[in-house]
Amino acid sequence: MADMPAAAPAKRSILTPFNVIAALIVIVGIVLTILRFTKGLGAVTNLSHSNPWGFWIGFDLLTGVALAAGGYVTAASVEIFGMKKFHSAVRPAILTGFLGYSFVVVALLYDVGRPWRLPYPFFVSQGVTSVMFEVGACVALYLTVLFLEFSPAAAEWLGASRLRRLLVRLTLALTILGVVLSTLHQSSLGAMFLIAPSKLHPLWYSPYLPVFFFVSSIAAGLSMVLFEGTMAHRYYADRMDEEHMAEREGVVFGFGKAAALVLGGYFATKIFGIALGNNWALLFTPYGLWFLLEMFGFVLLPCFLFAIGVRDRKMGLIKTAAVITVLGIMLNRLNVSLIAFNWHLPAAERYFPSWMEIGVSVFIVTMGLLVYRFIVTRMPIFFTHPHYRSGSHGEK
Amino acid sequence: MTVSRRKFLQWVAGAGIGAMSAGTARAAHGVFEGYPGSYGVLHDTTLCIGCRSCEKACNEVNNLPAPEVPFDDLSVLDEKRRTTAAAYTVVNRYDEIEDHNRPVFRKQQCNHCLEPACASACFVGAFTKTPEGAVVYDVSVCVGCRYCMIACPFDIPAFEYDEALTPRIMKCTLCHPRLLEGKLPGCVEACPMEALTFGHRNDLIAIAQERFRKYPGRYVEHIYGQHEMGGTNWFTITGAPLEQIGLRTDLGTIPAPEFTAGALAIVPMVIGLWPVLLGGIYAINRRKEKIAQSEKETEVDQAVTATRGEAEAKAKAAAESFKKQKEKAVESAVKKALAEAEKNKGKEES
Repeated sequence: MADMPAAAPAKRSILTPFNVIAALIVIVGIVLTILRFTKGLGAVTNLSHSNPWGFWIGFDLLTGVALAAGGYVTAASVEIFGMKKFHSAVRPAILTGFLGYSFVVVALLYDVGRPWRLPYPFFVSQGVTSVMFEVGACVALYLTVLFLEFSPAAAEWLGASRLRRLLVRLTLALTILGVVLSTLHQSSLGAMFLIAPSKLHPLWYSPYLPVFFFVSSIAAGLSMVLFEGTMAHRYYADRMDEEHMAEREGVVFGFGKAAALVLGGYFATKIFGIALGNNWALLFTPYGLWFLLEMFGFVLLPCFLFAIGVRDRKMGLIKTAAVITVLGIMLNRLNVSLIAFNWHLPAAERYFPSWMEIGVSVFIVTMGLLVYRFIVTRMPIFFTHPHYRSGSHGEK
Repeated sequence: MTVSRRKFLQWVAGAGIGAMSAGTARAAHGVFEGYPGSYGVLHDTTLCIGCRSCEKACNEVNNLPAPEVPFDDLSVLDEKRRTTAAAYTVVNRYDEIEDHNRPVFRKQQCNHCLEPACASACFVGAFTKTPEGAVVYDVSVCVGCRYCMIACPFDIPAFEYDEALTPRIMKCTLCHPRLLEGKLPGCVEACPMEALTFGHRNDLIAIAQERFRKYPGRYVEHIYGQHEMGGTNWFTITGAPLEQIGLRTDLGTIPAPEFTAGALAIVPMVIGLWPVLLGGIYAINRRKEKIAQSEKETEVDQAVTATRGEAEAKAKAAAESFKKQKEKAVESAVKKALAEAEKNKGKEES
């Protein structure tokens, strides 16, 4: 594994099923992009005056940021909480986080009316009373942190040893900064909806919304690391070194155990939320059943699956639980931003995404996957660069 | 873009103060009752005939695009409408109202909150509550994120979805430019029934109460906007049950910025304490590692010493026993030799 046989995959045909599908998606995406920036949001979205936020906010922004939480969760476990045996999971998680956030910003460029003004809140006019100001500031800073956390891999690839040494020395400071920023913006994404108690269904609206979003982002991050690990092992096993392979099982069971605990805590806080609002009676309405489905099917069920998987040492169960949790996070974010939002509006005025909105989201995710592939097949992500293998885990 | 240190510090301070100010202002002054002498409008639905003159006037003074259906066509009232990018105000007709044998018409536009949700939510501060009472919008900084539309409890701001690159938020300005010129808002000026009254906010409250007193039974005695969402500069009074003419009664009296003030106030705490907590956890782990490391080393040392001692003792014992054996061997050899010598001597003698 010391020197990667870089020439080996070059001989394969480019016309793999993945590439063909990706190319089609990219072509459609480019057409939709042109449409968006020539005809306006009205031409590609089903947004309306009463439903100003749609799939791009509910999925691309809210779900995207939650699922990109693996970066701070993994970095914190290893660098701060001292779980050194998960070391091999850090780089893939940081990379996924960095790409996740980058493409969240790309998605925002489609969604906001005047994308080139995105730096305005920092450099032109500061609306500091806005929760969104905080979200924007933290996401912008955290994207920088993720870039710096990721850059040692790029520096190793480019052979820039001195730059790498400098960056590695920043690891602890960057990790702490990353956790601070993530705590703030993960929670603030929930806090954005605090201003609209009259629009969000009481089962989802709670003064605890920021806490719910933060805690669930930890579960999302853990599950995403597990899910991504499963995928990576299927497709990029040849890029992994012995350390990565040897630690794999420990990572799966360790993260599985953590996810079970976090989901359990999350479930409890959600119950407290119902108690605080005294919303028990609402549980027996149609929205209540939908809420219970989210809580039992996508929080408590994966919580138990994780726990049983860890106890019985069953990898398959943990992988399943991770997928359910990821879907559950998506469901929760869509519930808060779209499904339970504007619940009082008559059915005819409710929002449902257009195929073009979903198309743009798929396009952006595909671009993320393509960049991911480009990086993991070139840079030392799943293996330690032979040049820097001294000591147990790099220089520190 | 270069940023001076001073400017940077201003931002940092601004962010901190901004996060805290909502809470502190309230603690210091209690409830904000609006700028003294600010203006507003009182809409009396008992006088409104749904003629749409206000919509027409609004369209003209604000240079909005011509409507698809002309303003004198009242068939649009058959459906419920809301404000749009082309209409800052709309009138709706509500049929079959309790205890009413004729429909009730209600005009809808920006209510000009005392503490506006839109202004609180905007991350570039594009909305301003003016001392005159109007909530105005500055397109020159707007990013088009539409958070104001999410935040508004009255569903008022609209967005130019068909503008590709320069969409604006569109909403009633209380004719702020006209107010500054000493003119009435377009809608108020155009109303043929005097269903709209313009005046100081305090006077409007007095006028509404006067009408309640003068015409018992005609009104639901509630000035909608006096306290809703912390109070607004636009009031509605009516004889119909509020919910039946689309006025939400579940909004409460807490101004919108209050809902996010708590979450924003936590921010400085997280920034201040998280690094301490995380740094502490890191330090504890490092210490544990170090102790574990040194314990391991001591153990190894002890083990080495112990083994060495044992080995030495063994070697010593071995050496001793070897020595003894050797002595014994020598002794026995000597004895043997002596015995042999004796024997030989005996042989020779015999």
